[in-house]
Amino acid sequence: MQLYLPIAEMSVDVFLLFLLGGGIGFLSGLFGVGGGFLLTPLLIFVGVPPAVAVATQANQVIAASVSGAISHWRRGNVDIRMGLVLLAGGFVGSSAGVGLYTLLRAVGQLDLVIALSYVFFLGTVGALMLMESLRVILRKWRAGVPSRRKLHIHTWIHGLPFKLRFRTSKLYISAVVPFVIGALVGILAAILGTGGGFLMLPAMIYLLGMPTVMAVGTSLFQIVFVAANVTMLQSIHNQTVDVFLALVLIVGGVIGAPLGSKLAGRLPGEQLRALLAMIVFGVSLKLLVDLVRTPSDLYLLLPPVAQ
Amino acid sequence: MRARALGLALALVGALMVTVAPPPARAQALVADLSNHLVAITTGFTGAEILLFGAVEGPGDVVVTVRGPARDEAVRRKVRVAGLWMNGAEVRFSGVPVFYAMFSSRPPADIVTEELAEIHQIGADNLSLRSDSRRSPEEIDTFRAALIRAKERQGLYQPDAGRLIFLGQRLFRANLVFPGNVPTGAYRVEVLLIRDGAVVSAQTTPLYISQAGISADVYEFAHRQAALYGLLAIVLAVGSGWIAGAVFRKV
Repeated sequence: MQLYLPIAEMSVDVFLLFLLGGGIGFLSGLFGVGGGFLLTPLLIFVGVPPAVAVATQANQVIAASVSGAISHWRRGNVDIRMGLVLLAGGFVGSSAGVGLYTLLRAVGQLDLVIALSYVFFLGTVGALMLMESLRVILRKWRAGVPSRRKLHIHTWIHGLPFKLRFRTSKLYISAVVPFVIGALVGILAAILGTGGGFLMLPAMIYLLGMPTVMAVGTSLFQIVFVAANVTMLQSIHNQTVDVFLALVLIVGGVIGAPLGSKLAGRLPGEQLRALLAMIVFGVSLKLLVDLVRTPSDLYLLLPPVAQ
Repeated sequence: MRARALGLALALVGALMVTVAPPPARAQALVADLSNHLVAITTGFTGAEILLFGAVEGPGDVVVTVRGPARDEAVRRKVRVAGLWMNGAEVRFSGVPVFYAMFSSRPPADIVTEELAEIHQIGADNLSLRSDSRRSPEEIDTFRAALIRAKERQGLYQPDAGRLIFLGQRLFRANLVFPGNVPTGAYRVEVLLIRDGAVVSAQTTPLYISQAGISADVYEFAHRQAALYGLLAIVLAVGSGWIAGAVFRKV
């Protein structure tokens, strides 16, 4: 069945989009990350204009994160204070990000920046995760005993000013760090349309030293609000949010996600994380190859932007 | 005074006689029309097919061009910087039709001279695109060719002439096909009767492609009340995510 998307101004196969949304929902349920970093490139591949793909993605991320955020909230896994500091950074970052997005589009380098950011962030995060989970798997395999981690290791991060006590996460650290993390993820949310979970979670766990469950709950909490901010700003500045597209993706996603989390309960955690790391790393490698390989047509048509 | 009134009356009668007079001995050489002058894009739109039909008086070939509304386009040439391909030199074109297709009763090269093809913009290569770039004409031509290639990849320019079929000596028909991603706006369908390398008769027919129904409403809403639209999109996403979460917790 075909559906005409009024904002993207094109006709698409509903089932294809539905499967896409469902598949991404399944992965996000399986790994506990948004999966936006996979969906945006896939939507562009299907023929959706990149501007519409990125903006609509932000709208879809709200729906994908809201139910998770609520259930984590119920279980007390949201560090409100940390969430608010991240959110403050997120609002500043995403507002600046939408401005940057408009500017990059005018200069004609938006696609390059998107691809490069993906290569850099996905590559770094993927490689780090892969190393970490391989180390844990190897250690377990050799020693046969579960590894123990210190509550946290003292680094330069703990010497920064504006220290705040985050009781729920049992942390006493500078508010500057979560603010900067929030801002950085906010910029990415605006430019790449992802929730930024793939970047936020490792940063919260490894950089801030938050407990994993708390990091997941808190990041979901703040992603909902940052994605809402991006949706609003993209609607106002670029009119690129397609509600029809978002709705089909959302319906697919909400069906796929519980199936994924059901499967996640049956798989061992370390192997699961290694698998996610490989997917993340693979996507970044593919994007890098596309940037380096000589394109089939050296010329390309860009949407005209008023100068 | 009276003479003047009489003159006016005579002039009026004369004018009337001209309008009701039978057509001149040489009938109109070309008549053509479309089966539909409005393509409505609704939520189920997958593309449209419109029948162009007409009749000619006397021998000759018929060429039809279909042009969408003109827009500005920017073409970029990729350059390799530090091993990465990025967007380099840019040439802007104005008067670029968003859609172009042509139909002819015989291969266009057999019918029209290059000069005529250029005048009447027969074939995508002969579109009159303007550029204020200060680059050499040869360079602008490569950018121009790239623009047409890109449009062909999008399915919005047809690289080859479509078939226009003659039914007997006088009647002709052609199927104008528009893809699912056809842009909206006012289109021009130009029908030319060509005899011995010269245009004998021509007719231009308008065609409107526009969104209709719910998709038109959504488009209007998103552009007219952007903030309210954004708010509604957020509410929709929060609501559906919430409901889905509640439903699956019970299951």
